[in-house]
Amino acid sequence: MAGSDLVMYEDEFQKIDEELQKLHQQANATVVFLVDKNGQLIASAGDTHDIDTTSLASLTAGNIAATGGIARLLGEKEFTILFHEGEKDNIHISLIGQRVILVVIFDQRSSLGLVRLRVKKTSESLTKLFDDITSKAEKEKLEGKTAESPFAEISDEDIDNLFK
Amino acid sequence: MSFINYSSREINCKIVYYGPGLCGKTTNLQFIYKKTNPEQKGKLISLATETERTLFFDFLPLALGDIRGFKVRFHLYTVPGQVFYAASRKLILKGVDGVIFVADSQIERMEANIESLDDLKINLAEQGYNLEKLPYAVQYNKRDLPNVAPLEELNKLLNADNVAWFEGVAPTGVGVFETLKSVAKQVLLELKKHY
Repeated sequence: MAGSDLVMYEDEFQKIDEELQKLHQQANATVVFLVDKNGQLIASAGDTHDIDTTSLASLTAGNIAATGGIARLLGEKEFTILFHEGEKDNIHISLIGQRVILVVIFDQRSSLGLVRLRVKKTSESLTKLFDDITSKAEKEKLEGKTAESPFAEISDEDIDNLFK
Repeated sequence: MSFINYSSREINCKIVYYGPGLCGKTTNLQFIYKKTNPEQKGKLISLATETERTLFFDFLPLALGDIRGFKVRFHLYTVPGQVFYAASRKLILKGVDGVIFVADSQIERMEANIESLDDLKINLAEQGYNLEKLPYAVQYNKRDLPNVAPLEELNKLLNADNVAWFEGVAPTGVGVFETLKSVAKQVLLELKKHY
């Protein structure tokens, strides 16, 4: 299979969450999201109450994928930053380490300059975090070590129950 | 490429509906959307043209329930079927965990079916996937129409590997959940093998 599954444990998730909280505060953003390149929401910070986060994650990933397609047509490797300006809210989307997408939504209480500056800092920390996650997963695979897996005992009955 | 989150105890998987233009991929998703409980589903997002042809993709997040304390979520996507949207189709296959090929059973659409299936194999190969190793099922849709090809012929032309196949009438839901269930099951069993 191409690529590997993304597996995230409690402590890693906490570190990522901390980074997002920090960015949310320092960039004076409304909401901050982290999305997998395949459209799965990983984590968020800020007031996500009125936002359909699942749809937003999927559409952001679609957006990045389409822009990536355009980049390759033009001979660019990737456009790493997208910015959309609205009447009230703006959205800053950046690709981190070829793997995850950082989304910052902000209004007039912040500015593009501030967001860009803070996103850059957060990107560096997140790149390192995800490198660690990947190398940890590879190491575990090599050692044949797997944490308590929810799938090992999965039965046909379990799956059938999902469709009742 | 599934996403397993031990912190929020969630498993997210991606299933893509593939097939020629107007074969009923979006209709499959619409029926699933109509028939699931509000708490199980998110919004059905359709990026379509004014004439309701899929332009980029349709997207439906579906929470099926729990397995061993883990919330199981499937993200269902369709591709735009029309031939000239090839670049978009490729993008949507990224990170796919399972594929459902929706074939149009009408005799005059047989060439379009074959072309779409070839396109699927090529696009998967480009991303390092092999259809034979991927959770996969075929749905022969539009079985209620008068000019459909016999099932033996469809299987001969479109299902050389003899994978699970289903007869479908997507607007009324015939075969819709059966097909989804078949691939969802294969996806979960695949996870079992790896973890």
